[in-house]
Amino acid sequence: MAERAFSATRLPGFATIAVVVFLVLYLPIFTLVIFSFNDANSVAIWGGFSLRWYQIAWANDDVKEAAVRSLIIATSAALIATTVATMAALGTTRRAAFKGQTLIYVIINQPLMVPEIVTAVALLIFFGFIKVTTGYQGLGYLIAAHSAFCVPFAYLPIRARLEGMDLSLETAAADLYATPWQTFRKVTLPILLPGIIAGAMLAFVISLDDVVITEFVKSGGQDTLPTYMLGQIRRAVTPDVNAISTALLVLTVLLLTAFFLLTRRRD
Amino acid sequence: MPSNEDRQRAASTRTGWALSAPALLLLGFAASGPLLIVLVYSFLTPGDYGNVVWKFSLDGWRGILFTRDIFDGTLQLADAHLSIFWRSVKLSLLTTAITFAVGFPTAWFIATRSPKSRALWLFLITIPFWTNLLIRTVAINEVIRNEGIINTLLIRIGLIGEPLRIIYTDTAVLIGMAYVYLPLMVLPLFAAIDRFDMKLLEAGYDLYASRWQVLRRVILPIVKPGIVAGSILVFVPSLGAYVTPRVLGGGKNMMIGNFIELQFGAGRNWPLGAALSMTLLIIVTVALLFYVRAANRGSPHG
Repeated sequence: MAERAFSATRLPGFATIAVVVFLVLYLPIFTLVIFSFNDANSVAIWGGFSLRWYQIAWANDDVKEAAVRSLIIATSAALIATTVATMAALGTTRRAAFKGQTLIYVIINQPLMVPEIVTAVALLIFFGFIKVTTGYQGLGYLIAAHSAFCVPFAYLPIRARLEGMDLSLETAAADLYATPWQTFRKVTLPILLPGIIAGAMLAFVISLDDVVITEFVKSGGQDTLPTYMLGQIRRAVTPDVNAISTALLVLTVLLLTAFFLLTRRRD
Repeated sequence: MPSNEDRQRAASTRTGWALSAPALLLLGFAASGPLLIVLVYSFLTPGDYGNVVWKFSLDGWRGILFTRDIFDGTLQLADAHLSIFWRSVKLSLLTTAITFAVGFPTAWFIATRSPKSRALWLFLITIPFWTNLLIRTVAINEVIRNEGIINTLLIRIGLIGEPLRIIYTDTAVLIGMAYVYLPLMVLPLFAAIDRFDMKLLEAGYDLYASRWQVLRRVILPIVKPGIVAGSILVFVPSLGAYVTPRVLGGGKNMMIGNFIELQFGAGRNWPLGAALSMTLLIIVTVALLFYVRAANRGSPHG
């Protein structure tokens, strides 16, 4: 093959297109990050390095409150979603296929299939009704909504990990008279833990990123960082939006890198 | 009398349901269940200040396509609505076509790297996939708007005197959607190409096929499930897009998603908004069923 300088897998122009695609994919993001450190007011003309937009963003109480709110919601949603997803993953694997299992899959993965705007509208109506009836206006609605759409993101990596585990260790534990709970605590859970952490991180990232459902479910004064940004952009893009974006971006990339290291197949 | 095995099996099924119950309850409360309420609302009468009056009416569904004349009360086709649907479908199809045209070579490129560098390229595609969609839309916004990078650069080097008006046009929405949804096309295409047996290419070339013939007759038919999956994964969120058309399209270039929101805000026509949501849901479900069928047919031996 090599002496004929002919590679069967090469298709003309494909590599060029691919490289251009990667450049186009990353250039806007890099520009956004770079201009968040721009001293000038412009988001297009470079005026020297500075951290002033980060200081301006951080000095803004709305931003600070939105950041705290985002973290509270994402942490609660990740914890709740991961807990119920772990249980569901244990329930739907490691036993003979049972009637209704497909239905469980469909319901759990439903948030991946229904357009976000439709769920958002549904929750606007339903939670609006509860808000009027009970008078409760707190963060609970956002936490419930986020927990729900995070479930499939937590469920899938946990199930993948469970399916890769063989049952012999648990059988051995049972043979040694461990109770089912002991077996779970001492055998299943430690092996499953990387999958659970991976699922929780994914859920956290997904919750942190949500715009549409939050925008419809939030009550007045309950902006998260993304909905705050959305409101800001409507007026004019200011460089402090770049600073907030960059901060969110860094957090996401860190979590994703950790996720990939955790789920990497060990060859 | 049930055998021991039957009893164990029944107990195992019960445990399966019991363990899944919290997840199902949560999703029923804050995801699936409320969809039924939307269905009910689509058959009610709009209230004067938003919300609904509990009186049965088909006006919500009728309002999708028709508008009632203010003077004589006759039904007429609602041109404004039709143009929004047409824009949504057109932009979603174009987004799917563009992402396929550039996504296929990209997926091929990744799949034909050495196993070590392949993981890195794949990671590079995955990062934008998980990155906040709003942030990526903001990034594109800063590239294409009037005072953005492209216009500033072009004006500075004297190529144009006036900024190119891209922002707040359909083109801007199209660029934005192709940009944000591209990873959704590349990932399933990669998965399909990765399973493709490269020996088939040599067989093709040995039989004097040209590169084009090999691409069209050997590669594309075999990776078709990946193409279908990628197209659905891009088409479905494009059709329901809300953030990208809102940020890049401005108020005038609405898509279905923004039109739905309008009904729950200034439009004060909740039943119409509910009927539109249901319509969107039905289209998406049909697309997904089509996908499931195509995927089953594509898999070997049935």
